[in-house]
Amino acid sequence: MSESEAVDLEQFRNETRAWLEANCPPEMRKPTTSDADVFWGGRNTKFSSEPQRIWFERMRDKGWTVPDWPKEYGGGGLSAAEHKVLRAEMGRIGARPPLSSFGIWMLGPALLKYGNEAQKKEHLPKIAAGEIRWCQGYSEPNAGSDLASLQTRAESDGDDFVITGQKIWTSYANYADWIFCLVRTDPAAKKHDGISFILFDMTSKGVSTKPILLISGYSPFCETFFDNVRVPKSHVVGTVNRGWDVAKYLLQHERAMISGMGERGVGRPLGQIAADSVGTDTLGRLDDAVLRSQIAGFDVDEAALAACAERAVDLAKAGQAHPAFSSAMKYYGTELNKRRYEILMSAGGVDALEWESERSKQGARPRAWLRTKANSIEGGTSEVMLGIVAKRILDLPGA
Amino acid sequence: MALVLTEEQSMLRDSARGLISDKAPVSHLRHLRDSKDPTGFSKEFWQSFAEMGFAGLLVPEEFGGSALGYVEAGVVMEEIGRTLMPSPFLATSVVAASALNRGGNAAQKSEFLPKISSGSLLATLAVDEGAKHRPLQTSLQAVRAGNGFKLSGAKALVVDGHVADLLIVAARTAGSAGERDGLTLFLVNPAAKGVAIERTIMVDSHNAARIEFANVEVNADSVLGEVDQGAGLLEGVLDIGRGAVASEMVGLSDEVFNRTVEYLKSRKQFGKLIGEFQALQHRAAQLYVDIEITRAAVMKALQALDTDVAKAAPAVAVAKARAGTTATRAVQEGVQMHGGMGMTDQFDIGFFMKRARVCEELFGDANYHTEQLARARGY
Repeated sequence: MSESEAVDLEQFRNETRAWLEANCPPEMRKPTTSDADVFWGGRNTKFSSEPQRIWFERMRDKGWTVPDWPKEYGGGGLSAAEHKVLRAEMGRIGARPPLSSFGIWMLGPALLKYGNEAQKKEHLPKIAAGEIRWCQGYSEPNAGSDLASLQTRAESDGDDFVITGQKIWTSYANYADWIFCLVRTDPAAKKHDGISFILFDMTSKGVSTKPILLISGYSPFCETFFDNVRVPKSHVVGTVNRGWDVAKYLLQHERAMISGMGERGVGRPLGQIAADSVGTDTLGRLDDAVLRSQIAGFDVDEAALAACAERAVDLAKAGQAHPAFSSAMKYYGTELNKRRYEILMSAGGVDALEWESERSKQGARPRAWLRTKANSIEGGTSEVMLGIVAKRILDLPGA
Repeated sequence: MALVLTEEQSMLRDSARGLISDKAPVSHLRHLRDSKDPTGFSKEFWQSFAEMGFAGLLVPEEFGGSALGYVEAGVVMEEIGRTLMPSPFLATSVVAASALNRGGNAAQKSEFLPKISSGSLLATLAVDEGAKHRPLQTSLQAVRAGNGFKLSGAKALVVDGHVADLLIVAARTAGSAGERDGLTLFLVNPAAKGVAIERTIMVDSHNAARIEFANVEVNADSVLGEVDQGAGLLEGVLDIGRGAVASEMVGLSDEVFNRTVEYLKSRKQFGKLIGEFQALQHRAAQLYVDIEITRAAVMKALQALDTDVAKAAPAVAVAKARAGTTATRAVQEGVQMHGGMGMTDQFDIGFFMKRARVCEELFGDANYHTEQLARARGY
């Protein structure tokens, strides 16, 4: 970085800090504690609070729901260095993301790389503005870890495809406005070669969803059924039958997103949360030496992973990242998040077992604990991630 | 600051790697060990190291150094870790040079730093007295005597202790073992009366010594920093040393890992390459992830040291703790996956296991640093 660039960046930091200070409502600087604290956007969305609305609208107007997307598509047009500064400054005050969305984390990057100009112009600004909420149609009942064996078929009919089949584990499909979906357009081809990546409106005739009740008592996932859904062929992203390339690219972003799950580095240290219920000895140390040691080990690994996540972004911006590295991060990040919740449950003791009460915020902790068990399954299991690292990064034989 | 090497740092890495892998591969260490070399490193090679500007890497330009930072020192340490090169770089160029540069007065700096830069003076920090690294437990006594002090006590593990021309000794001038106040650093001539140095042949064939001090007289000018207030200086210098050793451990881990993965791709059993077995693939992949995460944590710590040594302690604790567990795992998996070959002296893997064990103890092991982090976070 040249000296003048460094000066500019410092000025950007000062301006950003002042702007955030003036514009981020105090309520939006607290850690999220429930689903209602997360704003997902979409046609039918409602803000759960006035500060949530103000924060979202102010950030949207600056293009900072997607700070590094080009301005012409509703982004902030920030450079890699500026984006890092913005993230750091938001982290400094604990600012919540103004908008959470699979459009931002997954579809957007894929459209920027594989979409045609019309598709980018149509969809990206609506994602940036939180107008359309997307869901992901990937897994099927018989295509989990072996995703490429998916059977949902799209048959050609003039200018349209007619889609029939079933998806499963479709996150928030019952709330989504549109879906990005993998469909089989050539049943005769080898399994990776007959897949297309297509976009359609969830209000299309023939689409239905059914929430799945999970061990957490919540239903964040759905079964999604397609019964002769008619979709224009112009909605295919990339080339017909080459959808696997788009799918894999998107999965890299999904895995990077999942690896970052868990409220890392914000809020109170885990050891202090544990002290609330476990108590401390005369030296002020957690009164359970083994738990204290587990927490300290966790804290070391969490801080190291945060450094690695930062480095992964920097490597990507420098063009030095291995494309499969997000699989490594996904594996470690999800296993670590499970460890966090095992510790939280152990620290909470019997207080962490309550399922329904105001006192326990409707069992927030045990439900979150159970939810984390999906982290190492969704978006590719830990075992699949390790297989990808072995094969693509380490180049081990026959994997 | 991006967590990737700059172009200049990459060039430094390439030149260090070129020099070290060419002149001091693992066979160099093996030769020093087998010939029972009395100095334990190659003076000739150290001289060429100095000529390339590595000996004075951290030393300011006015004292003949390269005035680079801790990230750059880490870059060199990582390359040293790849071939296990025995070298005064850690004790002299990183730890002692930092102690002198951060704590020294004008006279001390101009006397010693130019000699470190030129490669003509070897120096080392003497801290540890017991089996484990506990700097605040220092009990070596320094009592006032006339215009100076008299030192009495013993140091258990002093890196390069038997070849050093200058000892930087942590001593207690007040208070008692365990207290932060009352620590003072002294510059001591190893040839002074009352200093007894015993070279200790170590498991890793690197240099170390036990040193006893019996009423060793030093004058007041020998105090490095301030009397009784040496803890801050000592902790900063130790953190710099920890960052450097953690870098060495990253290089060591990465090298062992690369050798192991190559073995998985060449060794056949049951009619196929053992690297085809999923049990080994997943373990190799896990180790890869561990190493990459540790690499980032170490880089983060070195950048934190470059920004402000006094505020780097938590990042350094994370880095040294991670480096310890990662290197331990890397060498254990390395030996296990090499099977019987890994157990032979003829094979190099064992050298890495031995060095990793020593690095783990140097300046505090993973348990020590994990504990430090817990205390810093208040639980």
